[in-house]
Amino acid sequence: MIYKAIVFLPLIGFLVAGLFGRSIGAKASEYVTTGLMVVAAVLSWIVFFNVALGHAEGHEVIKVSVLRWIQSGGLDFEWAFRIDTLTSVMFVVVNSVSCLVHLYSIGYMHHDPHRPRFFAYLSLFTFAMLMLVTSDNLAQMFFGWEGVGLASYLLIGFWFKKPSASAAAMKAFIVNRVGDFGFVLGISGVFVLFGSINFDTIFATAQTYLPAEGAADAQQAVINLFGMQLDKAHAITGVCLLLFMGAMGKSAQFLLHTWLPDAMEGPTPVSALIHAATMVTAGVFLVARMSPLFELSPDALTFVTIIGAITAFFAATVGLVQNDIKRVIAYSTCSQLGYMFVALGVGAYGAAVFHLFTHAFFKALLFLGAGSVIHAVDGEQDMRYMGGLRKHIPYTFWAMTIGNLALTGVGIPGTMFGFAGFFSKDVIIESSYASHSAVSGFAFTLLVVAALFTSFYSWRLAFLTFFGKPRASSDVMHHVHESPLVMLLPLAFLTVGAVFAGVVFEGHFFGDEYQEFWKGALFTSAHNEILHEFHHVPLWVKWSPFIAMLTGLVTAWYMYIKSPSTPKRLAENHRVLYQFLLNKWYFDELYDFLFVRSAKALGRFLWKKGDVAVIDAYGPNGIAARVADITRGVVRLQSGYLYHYAFAMLIGIAALVTWMMLGSSF
Amino acid sequence: MTDWPILSTVTFLPLVGVVLLLLTREDGPFGRRNILNVSLLTTVFTFVVSLFIWIGFDNANPGFQMVEKHEWMNTGIAYHLGVDGISMLFVILTTFLMPFCVLASWDSIEKRLKEYMIAFLLLEVVMIGVFVSLDIVLFYVFFEATLVPMFIIIGVWGGKDRVYASYKFFLYTLLGSVLMMVAIMAMYWQAGTTDITALLKFGFPAGLQTWLWLAFFASFAVKMPMWPVHTWLPDAHVQAPTAGSVILAGVMLKLGGYGFIRFSLAMFPLASDYFAPFVFTLSVLAIIYTSLVAMMQDDIKKLIAYSSVAHMGYVTMGIFAANQQGVQGAIFQMLSHGIVSGALFLCVGVIYDRLHTREIAAYGGLVNNMPKYAVAFMIFTMANVGLPGTSGFVGEFLTIIGVFRVNTWVALFAATGVILSASYALWLYRRVIFGALEKESLKSLLDLSTREKIVLYPLVILTIFFGVYPAPVFDATAASVDLLVNNYSAALQAAGKLALLVH
Repeated sequence: MIYKAIVFLPLIGFLVAGLFGRSIGAKASEYVTTGLMVVAAVLSWIVFFNVALGHAEGHEVIKVSVLRWIQSGGLDFEWAFRIDTLTSVMFVVVNSVSCLVHLYSIGYMHHDPHRPRFFAYLSLFTFAMLMLVTSDNLAQMFFGWEGVGLASYLLIGFWFKKPSASAAAMKAFIVNRVGDFGFVLGISGVFVLFGSINFDTIFATAQTYLPAEGAADAQQAVINLFGMQLDKAHAITGVCLLLFMGAMGKSAQFLLHTWLPDAMEGPTPVSALIHAATMVTAGVFLVARMSPLFELSPDALTFVTIIGAITAFFAATVGLVQNDIKRVIAYSTCSQLGYMFVALGVGAYGAAVFHLFTHAFFKALLFLGAGSVIHAVDGEQDMRYMGGLRKHIPYTFWAMTIGNLALTGVGIPGTMFGFAGFFSKDVIIESSYASHSAVSGFAFTLLVVAALFTSFYSWRLAFLTFFGKPRASSDVMHHVHESPLVMLLPLAFLTVGAVFAGVVFEGHFFGDEYQEFWKGALFTSAHNEILHEFHHVPLWVKWSPFIAMLTGLVTAWYMYIKSPSTPKRLAENHRVLYQFLLNKWYFDELYDFLFVRSAKALGRFLWKKGDVAVIDAYGPNGIAARVADITRGVVRLQSGYLYHYAFAMLIGIAALVTWMMLGSSF
Repeated sequence: MTDWPILSTVTFLPLVGVVLLLLTREDGPFGRRNILNVSLLTTVFTFVVSLFIWIGFDNANPGFQMVEKHEWMNTGIAYHLGVDGISMLFVILTTFLMPFCVLASWDSIEKRLKEYMIAFLLLEVVMIGVFVSLDIVLFYVFFEATLVPMFIIIGVWGGKDRVYASYKFFLYTLLGSVLMMVAIMAMYWQAGTTDITALLKFGFPAGLQTWLWLAFFASFAVKMPMWPVHTWLPDAHVQAPTAGSVILAGVMLKLGGYGFIRFSLAMFPLASDYFAPFVFTLSVLAIIYTSLVAMMQDDIKKLIAYSSVAHMGYVTMGIFAANQQGVQGAIFQMLSHGIVSGALFLCVGVIYDRLHTREIAAYGGLVNNMPKYAVAFMIFTMANVGLPGTSGFVGEFLTIIGVFRVNTWVALFAATGVILSASYALWLYRRVIFGALEKESLKSLLDLSTREKIVLYPLVILTIFFGVYPAPVFDATAASVDLLVNNYSAALQAAGKLALLVH
């Protein structure tokens, strides 16, 4: 019952605010949706304590049936919840952040005329996200998957009068759909291989799925995937890669990342909730949930590692030069998601979910802090027009500083002193070094460099925004004000998370209490020893993220406090590189040329040339024209002259006779 | 209940309305009112009665139910009716959509309202007739008869180029029909009966199956419509009045899909298996090609018409995957498309009635003054895109899974429709609904009227209901589809072909 309450309370909130928002008014809509979210959040923590931290008595996985869904032949799945530690962790993340964002939005959106709609969308999003994390089968996960996509689309395009917002919303949905294209095929593949898309069956079958080395049927093809005859091991790889494509779309990984920065067109609380803390981590959740499958395919895991490492690095480089405060944080999110995928790729699933958990707190904190800044400076998002805000909005300043400390992973290696990101990020970097993956060195290097960049752009953001001389117009500076309590309160809660989430839970997520905490929710195969091995990395590996962080901090300090003319000079001296980074590696231009414009051109071509010029011209119009020609010809034949008819008759008789003679001779 | 000829009742009930209409006179607002009321009552009553078919339907029975049979002058041809899991829901779909058509025509039809309504009621009779016929000659008569009222509806009450559109529609569909008639005669000579139940068991020789399959294909492919014989559909839709489009997209396209399942797949399994790659190719082409074309349209109705062709690509693909998921998915996709595309055309009708243009460029920013309309349109757009939780998802998902089991390449190409449909549908939505309200002509538009709410809201509810709880449809279709698929693979096995895995 408690599980149904957690999932359906936000749905009720959505329905109330969505259907009756106009009649009950904005205030009531806000209170109803936020109130229900508070209840859901409290219940989530109760579940977290019971399921994850409690000691299970034999039944690790709780299942709650809700409703029949689809039953067709061997394909049979229903609406149901699957509650284990992984789900309960996601419960806490989703509902805590969502609840705080609801609260924050009451202040942030107070002047917006469409508040009921906004809160309805927020609750709809939360519901869809909860359906995703509680799913008992891949189809329900896909429902949640697309549901959060819809909510994200609606919220990015919330200010529908802005053409850029509508465009960004569309882009987000369509790019996500590219990932979903792979996801759907992956689901189909799972069904063909396992005969079911229910997690129970898949996981149970997967344990013994691969034939023993050298077994008679080891080489036997089980599926023909896109022209390749695949045996069982390769079939799993194929399916995992298809599923991972979905994860790449939703988690904005390299090549499918282009939508995330644009998604910042949405209101800032949305960015905090959807595009930082929860939705974008759905890909991480997917891979973690499907760990029994991914664990069977080293090749797929290698691919995950490579994509994750490239994303971590790529997004960090772009983040270095962005001027929009939200875009910097967006690229940071993208980069941090890369870290999580590296962790997944090297088999450190616990570390990935741990980083997901801590990241949710400090990244939501940073976004809400940025929202508070934007609120203060009258909607300005460009950091070039900020500066010197520290004194004016001290609470926001401290909140964001703590967020930065957590994001950049400040802490003292070898001790228990550090902010949340210190624990989760360092664990990932060490795991990437310790793993036996073929790309271990590659991943480790990119992650450390990305850590340096992270530190640089984070402090650059802080210095540009809060330090130095005010660069905003005096009119704006005159109005700068600290946000109301309803916005500061969520910041305070998240600050607590950003400080303590790491130190308190490290042992559970990826430490001594791993087994008791996860209770098998994350699967690791027998030869996956990463949990122990990462402890034994050399000392310089342990210190490397710390040094990277310090280097980034000092560089940022030098360039933006000590000698503020340096960045400009650097940009001028390295014009090409600067433009390359500023334009996000020109991905948008490339995709626009490759896909958008070519698809439009192709569509127009097929329409004008295919349908009109070929099919219609030779089809119905052609026939009609020929019929008209023939009738015209026939009319001409009927000339009225007797000898014309006689001649025609003669030719006819000749032809007939010839035909009969030829016919009889066979 | 068992003795009552319910199928005949439902089929010919609209004729009562026709008779009543013939007796009323169309002069002045009062006469007009009468005509509308009589038509609405007739269609609603027919729908209610047809629900008894579903209530009385035995889900566990895979065969034909509620059978009525009367010999016709010892010719071997019989008046033979019955429904099974495959056809039953199409009857309901037809009767369900008719009241919406009447409501959609409430104000928009200004001339010859009486004849218009008569045409629609006759159309309902013959469409139901197609689905309940168990005699192939009877089927043929009904199947062809659907052409006439639709031809008249487009030709008389259509738009500017209505004559061209109606001729194109007629030419295309007639061409296929002629070949089908030849095939029916051949079947009669071969099997000595026109009884569909007997023909289903007959087992035609492999060589003949090929020819028969091709002849039927010519007819059904045009009706679906499949690429490349689809070009009549956009023109017909654009010119047809709103209600005509609803019926065209909602029911008439399904005649082709129903025919494929009932005849091609069930009677010519060997040929179906042989031609499956051919159908897959055309289906995939339809999905990709028409989606791309849809993206570039300037006319809202044309865009939706092209998207219909793409969606029908999933149907043909699912049918010839010939497994439970494929066929059930195809049936579900057809039913869902009947509701969703019908609703989309009704949505277009709402703004067409206000502004009398279908140019996408003429709109923009409608959400500002028509929020309720925007919500309804959004839900149908999402269903069209195949968002899980709407009915559009279920069929698409199942057909992709079904065909993935047979051929992964087809599934790969078909799944690109997931991306393309989002592209054209959301782009349309953005251009029509989002943005600031800048055009003067749009500023005075009012949100949905009560009548429009009555039309659109039930469809919204159904779209979501069948997305969340499609079980009633699957329960009704399961037994018959099982039987069909098993017979299909048994026939292939008997012919020495590789047995398909039947889960």
